[in-house]
Amino acid sequence: MLKGALEALSTWAIPLLVAGIPAWALTRKVKVYPVFVEGAKEGFQVAVRVIPPLVAVVVALGMLRASGALEGLAALLAPVTDAVGIPASVLPMVLVRPLSGGAALGVVADVLRSDGPDSYAGRLVSVMAGSTETTFYVLAVYFGAVGITRYRQALPAALLADLAGFAASVVAVRLLFG
Amino acid sequence: MSVLWVLLLVASVVTAAVTGRMPALPGAIAESAGRAVTLSLGLVGVLSLWMGLMKVAEEAGLVRALGRFARPVLRRLFPSVPPESPAMGAITLNVAANMLGLGNAATPFGIKAMEELERVNPTPGTATDAQALFCALNTASVQLVPASVIALRAAAGARQPADILAATLLASTCATVAAVTAAWALRRLFPPPPPGGAGA
Repeated sequence: MLKGALEALSTWAIPLLVAGIPAWALTRKVKVYPVFVEGAKEGFQVAVRVIPPLVAVVVALGMLRASGALEGLAALLAPVTDAVGIPASVLPMVLVRPLSGGAALGVVADVLRSDGPDSYAGRLVSVMAGSTETTFYVLAVYFGAVGITRYRQALPAALLADLAGFAASVVAVRLLFG
Repeated sequence: MSVLWVLLLVASVVTAAVTGRMPALPGAIAESAGRAVTLSLGLVGVLSLWMGLMKVAEEAGLVRALGRFARPVLRRLFPSVPPESPAMGAITLNVAANMLGLGNAATPFGIKAMEELERVNPTPGTATDAQALFCALNTASVQLVPASVIALRAAAGARQPADILAATLLASTCATVAAVTAAWALRRLFPPPPPGGAGA
């Protein structure tokens, strides 16, 4: 019931907002069309401003992946993560999630295929993917858009949040699926 | 960030030397640089659309109304931001879009919020506590509908693709609480430069 309602909300929300905002604004005597065009101009400028920081971050992470550092780290971490309830097949998720959204979804697809979607590993990897974000990408885009280069506590706080999300995923899946 | 960036670059080269993957690096470097541009430019369409709609919503007073609605919570999380700032409405829209799993719409709202927060930043170029908290919040947003994961599970033949909703909500709530707590607890460890100064 609730699930159906949430899914419907997520499909309807965008079309309703796209039509609803201009319609509401028109009743408020806003010159909807020129105002929209004026605002939309900013989209291109923001995207261009985001390029330099994104190049820096994506290149560093691309090098890290190509160098085999992640595999090495996975081998080192495997005994620890195994002990806390993260199967070896799910471990790449923990390493890749903050770095690349596309790669993370790739890991989900892999585990769902190898372990099955209704297995412990399959559920865990799904919950992990859904409850965390592509940290480095989010920070590069948001800070890059306003020209901030000193992130201060944002990066450690974001990485701690990822860690908490992974730990909570293990607990939640154990708790809700036994 | 400078130290971390250099660390990542050097660690990659050293690891590649050890693992013998050096031949793969030049290609990966060029490919990554190109992909960063594709990623950014890929945002242009949705960014323009939502930036335009955002402007319309602003002129109609919708953003301000939303900000007022969420003010009791936001005022506590972002005490340094003037309650009348349009940032409050943009933050509300961003959080709402994230919760519904509407990543495409959430990003433009988030960028708008960052721009409004930058307006009241006494140290341009360095994140304020509010901006750091907002970004941390976005890397751990509460998820009601993890749409792409549900789609993957359905494609893999799960009995109930969406049976992970409750667990995801629980885990992402924990991550969000951790983000807020950590951003707040760590703020004194990363002092901003004095206002007006160029900083190091």
